[in-house]
Amino acid sequence: MSSRDIILASVRNNLPQPAVPLPENPEVQRSPHVGEPILAYFQRELEAMGGRSFEVADTTAAQAKVAELFPTAKVICSVVPEVPGTKQLEAALDPHDLNDVDVGVVRSRIGVAEAGAVWLTEADLVVNALGVLSQHLVVLLDPAAIVETMHDAYGQIDLTASSYGVFMAGPSATGDIEGVIIHGAQGARSMTVLLLAPKRFDG
Amino acid sequence: MSRPVDPEGLAARFIDLEKHETTHDRQVWGMRQNRDKAVADVPEWANLRELASQIKEHTLTHLDQYLEQFEQNATKHGTHVHWACDAEEHNTLVHDILQAHGVKSLIKSKSMLQEECGMTPYLQKRGIEVTESDLGERIQQLSNEPPSHIVVPAVHKLRSDVAAIFAKDIGTDPKDSDPHHLTEAMRQAARPRFMAADAGMTGANFAVAETGGFVVCTNEGNADMGASLPPLQIASIGVEKLIPRAQDLGVFIRMLSRSALGSPITQFTSHFHGPRRGGELHVVLVDNTRSERLGSADFWHALKCIRCGACMNTCPVYRRAGGLSYGATYSGPIGVILDPGFNLEKYREIPFHSSLCGSCSEVCPVKIDIADQIYKWRRVVAEKGLLKLSKKVGMSAIGVVLSQPKLFHAGESVVEQTLPHMPRFLLYNQLNPWGKHREVPAAPGQTFRQWYLKNRRKNP
Repeated sequence: MSSRDIILASVRNNLPQPAVPLPENPEVQRSPHVGEPILAYFQRELEAMGGRSFEVADTTAAQAKVAELFPTAKVICSVVPEVPGTKQLEAALDPHDLNDVDVGVVRSRIGVAEAGAVWLTEADLVVNALGVLSQHLVVLLDPAAIVETMHDAYGQIDLTASSYGVFMAGPSATGDIEGVIIHGAQGARSMTVLLLAPKRFDG
Repeated sequence: MSRPVDPEGLAARFIDLEKHETTHDRQVWGMRQNRDKAVADVPEWANLRELASQIKEHTLTHLDQYLEQFEQNATKHGTHVHWACDAEEHNTLVHDILQAHGVKSLIKSKSMLQEECGMTPYLQKRGIEVTESDLGERIQQLSNEPPSHIVVPAVHKLRSDVAAIFAKDIGTDPKDSDPHHLTEAMRQAARPRFMAADAGMTGANFAVAETGGFVVCTNEGNADMGASLPPLQIASIGVEKLIPRAQDLGVFIRMLSRSALGSPITQFTSHFHGPRRGGELHVVLVDNTRSERLGSADFWHALKCIRCGACMNTCPVYRRAGGLSYGATYSGPIGVILDPGFNLEKYREIPFHSSLCGSCSEVCPVKIDIADQIYKWRRVVAEKGLLKLSKKVGMSAIGVVLSQPKLFHAGESVVEQTLPHMPRFLLYNQLNPWGKHREVPAAPGQTFRQWYLKNRRKNP
């Protein structure tokens, strides 16, 4: 008998009785978030998680913001059309080659207000390591793409569509030494969300 | 017969380090307070708890089906699924995979299951270099200690302890104990290890049957780095980590970090469904006593645990005694009810490392009846004849006294009259552990019974 069959047989033998039914709809009845627009809610929670966000009017303003925030950056690796980078990224690239990236620029398709989080997949990052190896991460996000809760977010996402997907809420952080919160433990030292609808390319 | 661990003795050692005890207590209680604030922000918290509990109970009462479904769907994404009956089989399996890929160095994120299996020493003995990448876990690895907390592994250490360890291992200034400098130094030291690693390992917080993927929650992003750099990724997953559907994640992710640290979510909540482009992904599903526990009417609910640590942060014993006092992989109230299931003889003292105040059951996000289970483990220990002699003698004396009211009242008066005049050495000696670190409060002028007879008997 294989270990698989031994474990399954043992589980079957030991199943607790009576069986408990699966709750139909795990989306809980929740009180609507009143008194605060969803964008402000998202920005407030993101800040609490150690991130920051800016509303930018257009592509030019987005580029200017990146230049202003990271004046000394040598290697900017951008996978979005709105912000030009200095380093090209192709899917076939060895992730180890991203170790020199000062600023990574990506676009998220879903933001979650209650968590101050953005959703990033392999398709958004091109190479997954870009999200964690970059010293600083800039994430473009359409303010219209912000949902209120994690329930809403999971309702919109097909997890099986991508081998990797991450909710990132602010930069890498740790409180492992006497509880002192420090950003940039291993992954990006900072996370900046630029609120900007995707640029439409007509023709 | 295993030698029992001695939580009292281990706790005494920690309590004697006075600054450690007070700092630990303050920090851990701070997490509990942050949890309360975060929970207050979610008006539907009570609903969430109930849902989380039901989803877990449903999954565990249908676990065979969900395991098979998970395996089937994971395989569809190109994930290799392995099964391990116990710790040894888990370690052998992992070692075989690493060997087949010629792995010399492994970078791993925190996994309580891998701790439980003793995986790191097993692999190191076989010539594989293993690096813990979570800062707290790395501190513990360099100290040759197990994690003392399931979320913040080095929470019992002062910054000066960390400075001493890093000075020795990565050459920092031993006098510089600024947490910012220490964290930055470890970031610099860890990066080359990430770059050089041949394989990355993670645990899993949740495995989703419907999608065949799993979720890893970290604050440092270290699991994502270990998963995205080396071509080989292995995840160890306890069979109890299954949940049915992707939408159930909404319930658990909303509760996990709020319960643990008081943040609405961990900085990174990472979903793995198949290998990354050009990579290979293996999953090891581990039983290691879980299926046996499933069959125990008294104790199977402990399998609902999502490892948030809220019960530890609220526990008055854990806060004072520190996590290492349990001498086991799992500490705090959840450890008290998990550890004896692995080895009753070895951990027979652990169920007594509790005041039975019940706060753990109140904060548990999946409604595990922790305090009740602690009491039931005490009964198991007594029934198996494993009670310590001092407890046996004390308990039977108490039994005699409490069953005979006259004897009890006589005793009360004796204590009342003699206590104020008792020499200190009689109260505070080696035979009375309650006398350590505690002063007997001043006795009231009369017993409750005397007061009652005087005040209430006459006006019923």
